[in-house]
Amino acid sequence: MADKETRSRRLKTASDIARFMADYYYQLDEATRSGSRKIAWCTSVGPAEILKSMGFLTYFPETHAALIGTRKLAADFIPSANAIGYSPDICSYLTADIGAYLKGVTPLAKTFPGIERIPGAHVFVYNTNQCRDVQDWFSWYSKEFGAPLLGVETHRNIGEVTAAHVTSIASQMENLIEPLEKIAGRKFDMDELKNVVALSRKCSVLWEKCLATASAVPSPLTFFDATTLMGPAVVGRGLQSVIDLYGLLLEELSERIESGEGATQGGERYRLYWDGMPVWGRLSMHSKLFGDLGAAVIASTYCSSWIFNSLDPAAPFESMARAYAELFIVRSEAYKEKYIREKLEFFKCDGIVYHDAKTCPNNSNCRYGLVQRLRSGTGIPALILHGDLNDMRLISDEQTKTNVEAFIEQLEENS
Amino acid sequence: MSSTFVGVDVGSSRTKVAVLDENKNLLGYAVRKSGVDFSATALEVLRESLEMAGRTEADITCAVSTGYGRANVAFAADTKTEIGCHARGCYHYFPKAITVIDIGGQDNKIIKLDAEGRRTSFKMNRKCAAGTGAFLEEMASRLDIPIGDMDGLARQSTDMVKLGSFCTVFSATEVLENIRNGKNVADIVKGVFFSMIKRILEMDSLSENVVMTGGVVANNPFIVAMTEEQIGRKILVAQHPQLTGAIGAALYAGGVPPQSGLPGR
Repeated sequence: MADKETRSRRLKTASDIARFMADYYYQLDEATRSGSRKIAWCTSVGPAEILKSMGFLTYFPETHAALIGTRKLAADFIPSANAIGYSPDICSYLTADIGAYLKGVTPLAKTFPGIERIPGAHVFVYNTNQCRDVQDWFSWYSKEFGAPLLGVETHRNIGEVTAAHVTSIASQMENLIEPLEKIAGRKFDMDELKNVVALSRKCSVLWEKCLATASAVPSPLTFFDATTLMGPAVVGRGLQSVIDLYGLLLEELSERIESGEGATQGGERYRLYWDGMPVWGRLSMHSKLFGDLGAAVIASTYCSSWIFNSLDPAAPFESMARAYAELFIVRSEAYKEKYIREKLEFFKCDGIVYHDAKTCPNNSNCRYGLVQRLRSGTGIPALILHGDLNDMRLISDEQTKTNVEAFIEQLEENS
Repeated sequence: MSSTFVGVDVGSSRTKVAVLDENKNLLGYAVRKSGVDFSATALEVLRESLEMAGRTEADITCAVSTGYGRANVAFAADTKTEIGCHARGCYHYFPKAITVIDIGGQDNKIIKLDAEGRRTSFKMNRKCAAGTGAFLEEMASRLDIPIGDMDGLARQSTDMVKLGSFCTVFSATEVLENIRNGKNVADIVKGVFFSMIKRILEMDSLSENVVMTGGVVANNPFIVAMTEEQIGRKILVAQHPQLTGAIGAALYAGGVPPQSGLPGR
């Protein structure tokens, strides 16, 4: 009974989004089999707009790695990558994905009948704004597939994004054009890029609005829902169909707000913010754990990673450079502290949960005193969960459960 | 017959039961190895502590369970986390702003309470067992000594051995290396205690008043003395440090808010 009551209510648009993701993978599979379209592998916050404007289908191996995580398969694959020199301490997206390839397995096969392998590649394009691991990841596949490797090296620890940052990144992006033209077999067209950038911006604005609905009480959306709803913003920004999807999602979320319908049937005694990566192999378990305690995890830093509101079709390269340099993950500690403080206020949060992911230091923001600074600055209680995004061998479910229960007890007794 | 409140702390290593009356007096208690059948052990420990209290199961007003096996206690009306119960139990004895250090069988906790007994933060050790009771058990096994002899041995040390590793397994290797090098067992045991204290002190900062609890402290009071030396001030220890979680659970059973005045300070 409790199980039924606290399960997150499924949004109708979630089915449309699942269908979009299926179509996306089938399109890539068809292109791989037939050679009908060129395929570019791109990092999830990489320069996808450039690639799309030049006719490439884009594939994002991070989404594949996350699928490995949600299917709880990572621990089966990671050792194979370890054995060829990729440490168990580095990104478990990288090790799980390369390990799966080495074993000749993909979770796409079970998820989407008929697909037997990951997409092929004509070029690999990374952006190190997330981490250096993506560069190593793509570099390995580039050698394996015999396809060229291109990339953008982003500045880190950025306070204010300056003209120097923008110029540096924009020029690196412009330098991608010539080699991409050769691979694509066609000329770059500025108008097409402007069009894609305009569509990407619309997608970004709508996704941000969807996430912002969680400021309503009760929230129509949970963090756990958003981790799957964000799929089209990752793989399909720059497409009109994604804008249509997020328009529908926003409409549905707004209807929930109007009718006072919260995302968690069990209620919303406490509103929590999640910082860090999701634990992909424990999404439903965590959703239930928090939900059963009347705690709604409503917002996160992670799901906001696909908001690029600086995109401007009037100045595509400069605005892409700015948008990708404004990302939370490449910013200074002071910026991050201010950002989270504002989010806690905007979403009216009673507490914050930090996920310290063992193999993802760049997304673990609790390692440099930020937790203590924010707690003393806001008085908002904090909990740190030790785990990982993909490697479930690094998780203690019992410790997580005790920590979460104790945290909610603390909120309860102090309220 | 007055009210009878029962707290059951089913830890990874030991199960503890505390029986309180309506005035929060400790009437009975018992401790046993948790074993593999948590439910059966909890019942056995309950009966033993009720006998000491001069009460029967029919007299129980309310029982609350805590600890890793808290969900396995069928006779408990409610469950609370061990973090909540240790906090509540410690504040019962020391009603002021305190930092609680609990060293358990497989985890350590640092819990901070304000002057009103409200929890302001807590931390558990990460997945690693270094610094926990399990660490001591492993080291006693490597040294081939009864775990109960460790406290006495550590007190005899004149030249403590320093162990550098974070990891229990690597620490065991270091212990073996020291044995090979002819080091005195007492000096190694004190080094093991010191290593444990370091693991705990690096978990969090401490407030002025520090309370230590748990079975490790109950069985090895020298660890408290060594920690006092490290932090440069006296540490508060309740009369039954191993029972603090169970007492906290019994206080929850009695619906006792942390702010109320309590005896036994």
